[in-house]
Amino acid sequence: MHTRPILDAAARKPLGIDTSNLRPNFYDLVAFAIIVGIGVAMVHGAREMRAPLTQLDISPVSLDPSLLPDYALRTTLRMFAAMGASLLFTFTVATLAAKSRKAELVIIPALDILQSVPVLGFLTFTVVFFLGLFPGSQLGAELAAIFAIFTAQAWNMAFSFYQSLRTVPRDLDEVARHFRLSPWLRFWRLEAPFAAPGLVWNAMMSMSGSWFFVVASEAISVGDTKILLPGIGAWLAVAIEHKDLRAIALAVVAIAIVILLYDQLVFRPIVAWADKFRSEQTAAQQRPRSWVYDLVRRTHLMRRLMLPISLLFASIGGLIGRIRLPDRPPVQLKPAPTVGRVIDVLWIVLIMSGTAYMLWLIADYVGATLSWDDLRQAVTLGALTLLRVAILIALASLIWVPIGVWIGLRPVVAERVQPVAQFLAAFPANVLFPFVVVTIVAFRLDPNIWLSPLMILGTQWYILFNVIAGASAFPTDLREVSTIFHLRRWHWWRRVMLPGIFPYFVTGALTASGGSWNASIVAEVASWGDVKLQAAGLGAYIAKATDAGDFPRVVLGVAVMSAFVVILNQVLWRPLYRFAERRLRLD
Amino acid sequence: MDASMMSDRPLVRVEHLRHLYHKGSVSDLLVLDDVNLCLKENEIVALLGRSGSGKSTLLRIISGLLPPSGGNVEIDGKPVSGPASEVAMVFQSFALFPWLSVLENVEIGLEAIGMASDERRARALAAIDLIGLDGFESAYPKELSGGMRQRVGLARALVVHPKVLLMDEPFSALDVLTAETLRTDLLDIWFEGRLPIQSILMVTHNIEEAVLMCDRILVFASNPGHIVAEIKVDLPQPRDRQDPAFRDIVEDIYARMTLKTPSLTREGAFPGVGINMILPAVSTNRLAGLVELVNGQPYDGKADMPELASELHLEIDDLFPIAETLQLLRFAEVEGGDVVLTPAGRQFATADIEERKRLFAQHLLGYVPLVAHIKRILDERATHRAPARRFLGELEDTMSEGYAEKTLRTVIAWARYAELLAYDEATGVFSLENPA
Repeated sequence: MHTRPILDAAARKPLGIDTSNLRPNFYDLVAFAIIVGIGVAMVHGAREMRAPLTQLDISPVSLDPSLLPDYALRTTLRMFAAMGASLLFTFTVATLAAKSRKAELVIIPALDILQSVPVLGFLTFTVVFFLGLFPGSQLGAELAAIFAIFTAQAWNMAFSFYQSLRTVPRDLDEVARHFRLSPWLRFWRLEAPFAAPGLVWNAMMSMSGSWFFVVASEAISVGDTKILLPGIGAWLAVAIEHKDLRAIALAVVAIAIVILLYDQLVFRPIVAWADKFRSEQTAAQQRPRSWVYDLVRRTHLMRRLMLPISLLFASIGGLIGRIRLPDRPPVQLKPAPTVGRVIDVLWIVLIMSGTAYMLWLIADYVGATLSWDDLRQAVTLGALTLLRVAILIALASLIWVPIGVWIGLRPVVAERVQPVAQFLAAFPANVLFPFVVVTIVAFRLDPNIWLSPLMILGTQWYILFNVIAGASAFPTDLREVSTIFHLRRWHWWRRVMLPGIFPYFVTGALTASGGSWNASIVAEVASWGDVKLQAAGLGAYIAKATDAGDFPRVVLGVAVMSAFVVILNQVLWRPLYRFAERRLRLD
Repeated sequence: MDASMMSDRPLVRVEHLRHLYHKGSVSDLLVLDDVNLCLKENEIVALLGRSGSGKSTLLRIISGLLPPSGGNVEIDGKPVSGPASEVAMVFQSFALFPWLSVLENVEIGLEAIGMASDERRARALAAIDLIGLDGFESAYPKELSGGMRQRVGLARALVVHPKVLLMDEPFSALDVLTAETLRTDLLDIWFEGRLPIQSILMVTHNIEEAVLMCDRILVFASNPGHIVAEIKVDLPQPRDRQDPAFRDIVEDIYARMTLKTPSLTREGAFPGVGINMILPAVSTNRLAGLVELVNGQPYDGKADMPELASELHLEIDDLFPIAETLQLLRFAEVEGGDVVLTPAGRQFATADIEERKRLFAQHLLGYVPLVAHIKRILDERATHRAPARRFLGELEDTMSEGYAEKTLRTVIAWARYAELLAYDEATGVFSLENPA
């Protein structure tokens, strides 16, 4: 990705390579084992993906524990393939949006909506498309699944990258222009490094978020054909069908291991590495650490072996960087302001009419089969789901804010709990649904109430770990003041702690609420063997329509849900954010 | 460098330069007006002025980062139209890439012109060596002190072998001692002829720095920015701050910068007239502090500004606004580089808190038209309340949003101290009665 490591290595030894460093050390051995292991696993998984579709009929997904590691591997590969696609999408589309004002006018609102839209509902459409692309091969189904995962990962990554590109510090931008960096060099030296920390963080969030989609996308049904792609998601679907609690428990363990592995082997090292891209000029007190990153840095042979590879990349990069357009006559190519404005207006009109036409197409499509009654029904159900989300966020806040504050004010505890909270947030809650469903079935509880907690099962952790972060960052002197003046109980909460953590809480609650909407599609409907549970709500509406292949209703449901989410963001979360920014910042 | 070696070939020539800041509304703000300057070979020239006088804008126009609204800029005989390779700039904020090591930061300009990596490395190491950064090649900016960071900034500019080195307040973000070391080091290598450049053009608001380093000083005045004086400094290098001739030049510049032009009123220190005067963010504590200091011994009501500046360790950017605010409020007169307290000023100095507040309120209402204006509106209204937005709107007719906001903030702070007006931050509403 980035070409700086060689420069780094070469900088320390400008006079050729010290041969004593070629001797492998212990760390080389460990690093070698890890790299070879990952390589073998990838080749194995990739070969299976190209198998013909009929292979699935010959060896259907079975609940044999010996197959589980293989399934876990294939699921992980899908997620990383989608991550690769998301990165590609981010680098191209977000860059385009940041560079071209005309592209920005289209891309940014689209990203904003896609971010808050439950794309899960569209799975059926894309499956049909990709199966048609590769008839008879598993690859079509694989691509459909990967695409579904991609739709869960890409938007917020692109958005974060775009925002970084737009907020490149002014002085660094001036340096880049002043020394006439080519666009290529500017991207790798200035823009990509500046955006790296935000992008890494968002990639991790995306990875966690996409587990929901993995489970849904591996068990695909289009009309009568049902495809189970070998993977943890398919394993779970089969286990639920067979009412096999032991298999579900195994899947939970497998997922926990997978998350732990990619967190330790992939994300931790990247976070530790990306730390140097943080643009604050002061040395951070607490640097993120990773044993894998330290390990690689301690290896001798591995670093040397990597040198030619990185040199190759660097020289390719250098070659591209050296391609310079002949110094253009720096005539102002921009048209006169008035002409520019006219072009802008024309462009906006073009986009508006395009959007209007699309909306009309959708309305026409939906209107052909549905009536106003359906819309009213969808909105009513949306209101029900909204009620659920609101109550759940309130309940979760009541529980987690005091706990989070308690933990955050105790650094020793916080240090231990914070990684656990982050791990819980990364854990796909829908894997745990069957346990809840079994309980509901056993005790004959009302699904309208008892299915609801599932929506927040996976997202409540965002509230917890943001509150912990806020309480940890709370200034000691302010705490001392409140101790000196004997601020107690309610006063202490109202005057000291709640305002202090509010900005963090808003961030957590916003994330939790967004996630809950998305989760409603899988949480308001649940099955256990032949028993089907269903709560009244927009999520269930969409899920049911998807199941039945009722496209007009899927479109209507998704549109209504998007409208709910977008409106909620505008009237509730943004004002709260602004308030927190303006009044309650502690710096 | 020997005077006989100087040639008269202009390296930088700026003619009739003007620059407008587009507000997007009807009135554009004139930032630079009819600026002419000429930079010859082998000289160090300072653009001296207060913040907001447009001197940094001028530097950015010369470097090609900013296209001017009108006029000509030529470097080495060629018209400037975009970042030119003949100049290299040193930034006030250092502007180093935090993710690149010292060596990589220095190399960036060479990398941009596609120089082969061996040659690039050799050149960069030479520059690092020259500027005294040996041993820091693989360090990252965040590991360095401010002084070392600015050395990287210097090395990065020098390594591309520009003809002209542009420096935008290069030492103003550093502490006094570090800044002095850097200045001396830079001058040393300049006079040893080891800098691969022909001339230096630097922007500064530090009078002593300009006199210490430069052959010529161009004094900048604001609103709109233009050059009001050119001062040749013929003192031999290295210069001594305590040398009487040095002090004379500093005094002279202070006097020129506080010169009362006949056409201007005493409010003339601040741009704009009446309620539309742009007010500086000067706290009442600083005002009172300066009044007390000048009233006390040894000044006894009259103080020399260079002396004040060195006693208080204040740069002109800090000292001038305080003195001029005192002048606006009729607590002092500023003329010829001196601050002289008025009788009201001396009364203020010895008064107790209540008395001071009353005096301050009286002078605010009398001499700051915006305060009087807000007070009158509040008096007239039955509710005795008015939104700040209303006044901001009025101000924005003649000044940029930033200045309007700053001016209103200043007025709020002053009026709160004087207990004239109350202001609710949450609702943005002025009122007469004080909720406390």
